[in-house]
Amino acid sequence: MEYLIMTIKAVVVFAVVAGSMPFIVWAERKVMADAQARIGPNRVGPYGILQSFADALKLMFKEDVTPRQVDKPIYFLAPVLAMIPALTAFAVVPYGSPEVTVYGVPIFYVTDPKQVGVLWVFAVTTLSVYGVVLAGWASNNKWSLLGALRSAAQMISYEVALGLAILGVVLGSGSLSLIDIVEKQAVPRAFGIPGIWLFAQPVAFLLFFTASLAETNRTPFDLPEAESELVAGFHTEYSSFKFAMFFMAEYINVLTVSAVVATLFLGGWLGPGVGQFPLLGVVYFALKTAALIYLIMWLRATLPRFRYDQLMRFAWKVLLPLGLANVFITALWVGLRGGT
Amino acid sequence: MTEWILFIVLTAVAVGSALMMVLNRNPVHAALWLVLTFLAVAVFFLVLGAQFLFAAQIIIYTGAIMVLFLFVVMLLNLEREREPIVTGGQRAAAVALAFALLAVLVIAIAARTSFPTMAMVPGGITLTDLGVALFDEWLLPFELASILLLVAMIGAIALARRRT
Amino acid sequence: MSNSAAQLAYLAPELVVAVGAVAVLALDILLPERSRRLLARATAAALLASLAAVWWLYAGEVAGRPERLFTGTLVRDGYSLFLDAVFLLAGILGALVSARYVDREGLQSGEYYALMLFAVLGMMLMAVSAELVTLFISYEILSLSVYVLSGIARGRAESAEAAMKYFLLGAFSSGFLIYGIALIYGATGTTALEAIGAAVMSRGLFGNSLLLIGMALVTVGFAFKVAAVPFHGWVPDVYQGAPLPVTAFMSAGVKAAAFGALARVLFTAFGSLSAVWQPALWLLALLTMVLGNTAAIAQTNIKRMLAYSSIAHAGYMLAGVAAYTAGDVALGSVLYYALVYTAMNIGAFAVVLVVGREGEGNQELSDYRGLAVRHPWVAAGMALFMVSLSGLPPTAGFLGKFYILNAALRANLIGLAVALVLASLISWYYYLRVVWLMYFIKPGEAPPTLSGAPSLRLAVGMAAVLVLILGLWPSAALNLAQVAALTVTAGGLPVIGRP
Repeated sequence: MEYLIMTIKAVVVFAVVAGSMPFIVWAERKVMADAQARIGPNRVGPYGILQSFADALKLMFKEDVTPRQVDKPIYFLAPVLAMIPALTAFAVVPYGSPEVTVYGVPIFYVTDPKQVGVLWVFAVTTLSVYGVVLAGWASNNKWSLLGALRSAAQMISYEVALGLAILGVVLGSGSLSLIDIVEKQAVPRAFGIPGIWLFAQPVAFLLFFTASLAETNRTPFDLPEAESELVAGFHTEYSSFKFAMFFMAEYINVLTVSAVVATLFLGGWLGPGVGQFPLLGVVYFALKTAALIYLIMWLRATLPRFRYDQLMRFAWKVLLPLGLANVFITALWVGLRGGT
Repeated sequence: MTEWILFIVLTAVAVGSALMMVLNRNPVHAALWLVLTFLAVAVFFLVLGAQFLFAAQIIIYTGAIMVLFLFVVMLLNLEREREPIVTGGQRAAAVALAFALLAVLVIAIAARTSFPTMAMVPGGITLTDLGVALFDEWLLPFELASILLLVAMIGAIALARRRT
Repeated sequence: MSNSAAQLAYLAPELVVAVGAVAVLALDILLPERSRRLLARATAAALLASLAAVWWLYAGEVAGRPERLFTGTLVRDGYSLFLDAVFLLAGILGALVSARYVDREGLQSGEYYALMLFAVLGMMLMAVSAELVTLFISYEILSLSVYVLSGIARGRAESAEAAMKYFLLGAFSSGFLIYGIALIYGATGTTALEAIGAAVMSRGLFGNSLLLIGMALVTVGFAFKVAAVPFHGWVPDVYQGAPLPVTAFMSAGVKAAAFGALARVLFTAFGSLSAVWQPALWLLALLTMVLGNTAAIAQTNIKRMLAYSSIAHAGYMLAGVAAYTAGDVALGSVLYYALVYTAMNIGAFAVVLVVGREGEGNQELSDYRGLAVRHPWVAAGMALFMVSLSGLPPTAGFLGKFYILNAALRANLIGLAVALVLASLISWYYYLRVVWLMYFIKPGEAPPTLSGAPSLRLAVGMAAVLVLILGLWPSAALNLAQVAALTVTAGGLPVIGRP
């Protein structure tokens, strides 16, 4: 029974995430167009909102070219591996107040493993590198391979900063469970400052957000697919639906990162009035996530791409020391207060 | 019953992919089979109630170490494993010896060993248990491990640094 | 807090070395390029300070009263203090013989000395470990340090080859060791040495194959490190390829550390199973003595000859461990031999360094022809070390071998004792050949010019004096070794309780 409920919730979450995909793509094109003083898609549907559906149809009906020199099993496996991790991260993210129940079953989170929690998000994020790396290698093409190599090095480097950033929040919250972490943020601090970790752990927030962008290969860290030097990077040899899967994986990643940051640093479902109307929590969560998605798009429109050596130096010489210092100071603070 | 089925399936996956890893001639395929082995072992931890070890196994082995492996394999572009220079006699001797050792181990362990059983901790091993174990009973080995890592780091730099 | 500070006081020698290693690394960055040679002095100073700490603990009567530290993962006793002194001696001599060489060959001095100190730290931690996981981590600290040290002469392909071979085979041996530890834990449910011993007795695990296989694998893991036949394959190439001072340092130190740990594991945890492991060690000792000595005869390169000689000496020490039934006499003889071997072997290598030239030149036996004519003191030193290595009086080597022989006879290992004597007879040929070359053959066309670094001469002098003192007035050192051995073999130590 327990597993059945979990499965139903997982399917619903999957459907919502996948269903929001076309709209996020559309939003990105609109935001980019706005930033570049263009109009953007405006033909299919009102304000071009159905453009993504049209694109998806087009991609599906295109010929699926499989180049002769590829390593077939891995070539087919890679797009799937790129998509799955981002989706599975949602398993532990609470997207609404856990107090809302239907027949005694809390519906706004899939599962809440207290001993793993945020580590699960971290674990699946580290797995997302396989899709990119294997796609690049299986394509048997030097541009793709270069993209894959860059991706592997980049992800390993930024994972460290990501982990250290999470550690700051976990130390402060005294729990790995994302629900506990959100509830910890409900208590306001001195002078009425909201208790969200954005204010108490600003360094961790910046670290986590930056490292997440790098982990998901978003601008300014999109070197694995730098079109000016690598054609299309790791997915040069992919076409049709397999290309669409990489495309979708990128946007699912954007959504996942925003949702996780909203949960860890912006108080998740918390907001004024949630106590009286627990259903409001979903709205707050959606709003926070949407704001972060907008921020990510805005960054893409604004920032130039890093050079490779800058990227590496930034990870090891800026983010890593900052992260270590943050963990150290947080630990000291927690220790001096006598526990969390 | 469920546990038994789970055990059989996981063992089959773990051992089978480990075999595929050894037998595969393509280094990237071999690495991927190893990833599968690690994942199966991680699920073993989960079933045994060691949730933290499950996450740590995925993060460290599949997420970091194997990615580094792949990175190196791709960087060196090892297309196919080169045939090592072994004579037929050497190979036969190695196979015979390996099987003899296996037979001895299996017979000895199956026939003459009683395995001590330990009760599973109800609710699994919690993070608190793990933390207390690491920083109380195992404090010193834990700190020594950091010295070991420092030595490894110094060594790697000493061997790989660009000559001045 | 105060309690753990008190515990740390017992680890003063180890702490001094650890701090020294980090300080050397920091100095390497802070000092200007031209004063890098201060690093050798800093290393020696740290080791001397640690030796002083060992002496301070000895004076504090820790020697006869074992103290359990950090929830029983470590035990500070006379055994570990004696071994610490041996490792520190190896370290000090090692630093002295390194000084000129590191400058001359342009090695990275900061990393070199730091790794040397970390290697000594690993050895010392192996000696105090009373628990298998701690022991394994210490073993790895030592191993990683010496792998890198063997390959630190990056300009020479032989050095890289040595490091690679050492690393690969060392990784295998670590695998054996950790697998054995896992099996032992599976059989007994503990990794603490005394608890394993107690579990074997109380639960009657004498025929438990899990435990026996585990014990065998652990022994194999250490047999690799002590270079016992048939686990010796790496020794000649690694000893020859590694930079000379590194070979000198590790031939003595690593061996002593591995013997110290092996003996403690076998005596403390598996004493009740001695009927099983004694014959195995007996065979290992026999093979090692015979093969090491016969292979050494055929060598023309002095480094390689000393490598095979070090295999042979591992055989003698194994014979001492195999004489378990002789109790503290057996263990005491091994400890004493470890001390003696450290002095005479590093001394011999120091002379090789004196004779050697840039880029590891002048290492053929023929380069020693007529050395006595031009350099009588150097030749006299070499002759002394060779005589001692061959086990002839009045040197320390003779007494060391004599005590091991005594232990073997007391343990009723008559066959092994005879083999030891015969193997020593074989060894006379190749050791005394060097003496003969130096004194009775005319020098070649171009007589070797010697490297006259004062530190090197100091090392030769120190080693020579030690070999003579330990040979002529052995009672003080032997007494210490005996007392140290007693702390392990006495058994049923007073439990001081968890901190």
